[in-house]
Amino acid sequence: MAATNAAEMAGLDGLASSDARGQEVLHLTRDRYLEVATALRESGFEMCADLCAVDYLRHLNRPLPEGVTPERFEIVVNLLSLEHHQRVRLRVQVPESDPVVPTLFNLYPGTENMEREAFDLYGVCFEGHPDHTRILMPEDWEGHPLRKDYSVGRVPVQFKEAPGPR
Amino acid sequence: MTGEELGEELRELKELRAETSEGPQELRDRDETNPVELAIEQGSVLRLPEGLVLDPGDIDVEFGEDETMIINMGPQHPSTHGVLRIMMELEGETVLRSKPVVGYLHTGMEKTGEQLTYVQGATNVTRMDYLAPLHNELVFSLAVEALLGVEAPTRATWIRMLMTELNRMSSHVMWMATNGMDLASTSMMIYGFREREMILSFFEKTTGLRMNHDYIRPGGVAADLPDGWEDDVMAIVETIPGRVDEYDEMLTGQPIFKERTEGVGIISPELAVAMSATGPILRASGVPWDLRRAMPYLAYDEVDFDVIVGTVGDTYDRYAVRLNEIRESCKIVRQCVDQMPLGDYRVQDKKVTPPPRARIDESMEALIHHFKIFTRGFEVPAGEVYTAIESPRGELGCYLVSDGSNKPYRMHIRAPSFVNLQTLPPLLRGGLIADAIAVISSVDPVMGEVDR
Repeated sequence: MAATNAAEMAGLDGLASSDARGQEVLHLTRDRYLEVATALRESGFEMCADLCAVDYLRHLNRPLPEGVTPERFEIVVNLLSLEHHQRVRLRVQVPESDPVVPTLFNLYPGTENMEREAFDLYGVCFEGHPDHTRILMPEDWEGHPLRKDYSVGRVPVQFKEAPGPR
Repeated sequence: MTGEELGEELRELKELRAETSEGPQELRDRDETNPVELAIEQGSVLRLPEGLVLDPGDIDVEFGEDETMIINMGPQHPSTHGVLRIMMELEGETVLRSKPVVGYLHTGMEKTGEQLTYVQGATNVTRMDYLAPLHNELVFSLAVEALLGVEAPTRATWIRMLMTELNRMSSHVMWMATNGMDLASTSMMIYGFREREMILSFFEKTTGLRMNHDYIRPGGVAADLPDGWEDDVMAIVETIPGRVDEYDEMLTGQPIFKERTEGVGIISPELAVAMSATGPILRASGVPWDLRRAMPYLAYDEVDFDVIVGTVGDTYDRYAVRLNEIRESCKIVRQCVDQMPLGDYRVQDKKVTPPPRARIDESMEALIHHFKIFTRGFEVPAGEVYTAIESPRGELGCYLVSDGSNKPYRMHIRAPSFVNLQTLPPLLRGGLIADAIAVISSVDPVMGEVDR
């Protein structure tokens, strides 16, 4: 682990941050999302390892650092610096009423599939994404299955007596 | 092939592209394009709605004399490694743009993961990457342990390392087999399956199952290694290097194999990093990035092994990286056998792991613990964590959010195949359609993991 944290490396201040089991997490609003990502990209975090969404509908009072307004959705971005062997995680609050965030495609082309997956399963839109379509679900699917208010499908299983030899 | 020759070939390709219906068009030097533009230009995104392709009558043909053709490959093509479908835009036999279409195997495993307790969770994740199930179990268990604040005993750590390295060998050997089949080397396929069988029988002996083991669980492993495991493992690591030498002899210097792989599907290190590619793809392009070395987990900082790196980043390099990684895994397995410590194979915290079977008959408390663990599971403190390990295909990550209950609130698996598939369009670009088979195979996608 590098001694300095990512926010210091990128010269970012005024960001709420937390320590999740020894991992550095920065909490952002949508307004600063691109700015922070750009600064981190320039300070050596050249790979976006992972991007996913979380729906906090049933866990709205989750622990967050002071000054962060909890919203229903979060976009979680894991950035990786190959040079410094360091990771940093961004948690972006996205309101339910307007689930739109800017795309990271122009900074990290590797987020293309991940953002499509987040859109497909959570319905969070990525403004400026070059191919904003469903990826895992069929094209004409209604709803976003990983949302907490989307019920789990079940196939009823009927247990029968095993048929006889004839 | 040297770098200069390859550059020469690339330049020729570029000149071929410059011949358009509007007359020869001068292209700017590749270095002047920024990586993002390059990714878009190289057709990372084939901006064509799927509907148009399904209904050919609707396609506006505006290509003039140099018409391009869009063909569909898969999802039931034998060389697409499962149900991968690729749309390809061709000009003659040259692939211009392409787009992998996935989702045919999507079963909502991340949603299922939210319905299962932490004890049951490993049975779910193990079914994602069915060629490296132990890696999936490992990353999930590490994430749960990080949230719990529990550390697996030393012996469990070394057993995990032994088993995942054997799994890496079986996965790479399996890749050699399917890759051989794709490139018409049927003997390679038979040999690959033969070697994999050796490792799978050891897995069966240890875990009870050949695949989808549910062996690595939060808190340790499900059972101790069987009696006489050293002999079994030594038999494997004494046989496999000799067999790998045979593959080497059969494929590495073989002219037909070299012709089909050298200089095919080149990716530059910059583009590989920008596209978030990891594993053999990234290493073959010359970036020495291996999580086992860069961010050691388990006890990888205590064993000696080399990170295999390529130079050109073509299909041949990806083959060479995997071939040599089998040898490195053999080295690690040998060290695991030598250094395997004695002790517990799972933590003795009865809230996390069940008591031994014999205790249930004599202790009421043990019976209650056993019952609680297999019905309700254990509660995990609220929080979030991201753990990552090096699977045979690249960075396998698990993002786990807990709300303090006995089931994960959110379980996201960062599947290396899913992300690596994005590199297909730039890899296929400008190559022949016949080479597409070799390139798809060299990315090593496992569709169970892509679609989850």
